[in-house]
Amino acid sequence: MTIKRSLSGVSSRRDFLKGASVLGGGVLAMPFLSRLAFAEPVELNMLAWYGHAEPDVVAEFEAANNVKFKPKYYTGGDNMLGLIAQSPPGTFDVILSDAEYVQQLNAAGYIEELDPHDYPLDDYFPEFQKFAGHWQDGKLYSVFTRFGFLGVAYNTEAITEKEASTYNVYWANKLKGKVGHFDWHLPNLGQISLLNGNASPYDINPSAWSALQEKTKSLRPQIGGFFDYGGTFSSLQNGQMLAMAGIGDWITGVLEKSGAKVRSVIPEEGGLQWTESFSIGKGSSKADLAKKWIQYVTSAKGQVKSASMAAYPALIPNRKGWELLAKETPEEAKRQGMLLNESNVMDMIRAGRIKYRQLPVQQSLEDWNDFWSDYKGS
Amino acid sequence: MRKSITLYGLTFSLPMLVWQVMFFLAPLVFLTALSFWTVRNFRVEPDFNPGNWTKMLSRGVFWDAYVRTLLLSTAAAVVTSALAFPCAYGIAFKLSETPRRWAVFLMVIPFFTSYLVRVYSWQIFLSDNGIINALLAKIGIGPFGMLNSVFGIMVGYLTLSFPLVVLLQLFSLMFIDRTLIEAAHNLRCSRLRTVFEVVVPAAKVGLVIAALFCFILTFGDFVSPLYLGGGDPPTLSILITDTTKSGQQWPRAAVIALTMIATLLAVAFAAVTYAYRERGR
Repeated sequence: MTIKRSLSGVSSRRDFLKGASVLGGGVLAMPFLSRLAFAEPVELNMLAWYGHAEPDVVAEFEAANNVKFKPKYYTGGDNMLGLIAQSPPGTFDVILSDAEYVQQLNAAGYIEELDPHDYPLDDYFPEFQKFAGHWQDGKLYSVFTRFGFLGVAYNTEAITEKEASTYNVYWANKLKGKVGHFDWHLPNLGQISLLNGNASPYDINPSAWSALQEKTKSLRPQIGGFFDYGGTFSSLQNGQMLAMAGIGDWITGVLEKSGAKVRSVIPEEGGLQWTESFSIGKGSSKADLAKKWIQYVTSAKGQVKSASMAAYPALIPNRKGWELLAKETPEEAKRQGMLLNESNVMDMIRAGRIKYRQLPVQQSLEDWNDFWSDYKGS
Repeated sequence: MRKSITLYGLTFSLPMLVWQVMFFLAPLVFLTALSFWTVRNFRVEPDFNPGNWTKMLSRGVFWDAYVRTLLLSTAAAVVTSALAFPCAYGIAFKLSETPRRWAVFLMVIPFFTSYLVRVYSWQIFLSDNGIINALLAKIGIGPFGMLNSVFGIMVGYLTLSFPLVVLLQLFSLMFIDRTLIEAAHNLRCSRLRTVFEVVVPAAKVGLVIAALFCFILTFGDFVSPLYLGGGDPPTLSILITDTTKSGQQWPRAAVIALTMIATLLAVAFAAVTYAYRERGR
């Protein structure tokens, strides 16, 4: 159709004005029409580690419930507690926390009690149905969402899996200056505590604490740096660090999927488990919606999204989630060891090879922090 | 004779006074108060607790980091000034008007991109498997460990302050009275001696201020020590973040920050006094 012909379609100036009026009126009315059709989404404030409110995880829930997540991301439990302490009650509707901090959230009165019947806990593996840190006096305060293991992260071109299967690899001559620390005392000291043979790596008496400090100090000449989240990624990816203490698949999994020659292994001395769970913030005006979100993310469908989260992958506690994951992305289920019909991560837990990461029991958190600062500065 | 304060003068100096009070004095007072507060259950509460000061100032790790940071920043000021001077000298005395304008423009360009991005990109060049070591390998040398070392930190510090130091030195050199240089040459003073006997003393204020700015910028820098130095060993800025991560100890972090501010004030005061001190006095 030529321009001339299309223009000639308008028979008179009156027709043109009529058409233009209808069109103009329609355009002007659009905001009102669309506002009627789509109500303004409800904002749900989430306090979490980076990645939990990104579209790959929340888009489906947001669309289905007309919700828009407003995330506030933190790095570390101390940071999280600080952010809540400095905000008015009710600021955060959903709070993601590591298990060791749930009890502190509860003690400070920052989270609501939950009804266990609201959540699919029966679908969980038995070990996770009544996870110690999430319950207090028989009452539920936080719902287990995902977990992962911390072991030896290593460059597969520099070290074999067999060599990496002991924490002693950190002291290997060929790794001098090539061992990095994820800069947080809890996972690093927990790993060396396991190497020292402490069955409960965080519940150690004064002499075991001294031995742990001595052993850790002996590692200092091997260390090439102390890295935050971004630094850990880049130093493993560019091969600057050949082994990294204090992390696991939550970082190497992302790198491995993008083709980097990096893996994590649970060494013979055992590994540590980190655990994330969702709570409802005390005083939240959108507690029902927050509950709905936790129901979604702990359902089989939500669990699959959580397991393959772009920011960092994780293991999931819901058995039905495992089944769905195996159906939807069998290769990822296999990579993470979440296939029910073969040797999987639950076997490692049941064999007693995994210990929970927790706050120090017999020493104060400050003692561990101070030692870590001294160690870094030595 | 002492000048009297006029309404005209006050009007023009008032914005600076207000700015200083709002953005320097008030935060400083708050920071000082914060350094005496107490942390209970991760909550910072007003208090008068001198324990934060005694705790921090009695720790070896604090003083180690303090001395280390002081030395690194002093070294950065010296190295940057030494490397920047030939550059600034060349632009000021060897280039004609148009190329000089272009050179100034080129020195401003680095500020267009984020310092963090520039530092991250250095990792690609400096890592063991990076571009520089790959090029050195072609001529059969290396690899050299440049990343996560003091060398890496210095590269970061140069990235941060080199263009600024060149510009400050340049503006100082451009205002030197050229007849002084001609007089030196007429008196048969060699080129090199003219630089050290005439140019440097004449531009002393600018050169010292440039070095001072480099010291100030690098003393509080967090990015280079972390991303090019690998946070190993820690500087004072890294110690501040470590302290805030340790149970939300903002009061103790305030102690470190106040010590840094006191140091910077002392260094700035000493440098300015030295810069404006006349010869022979």
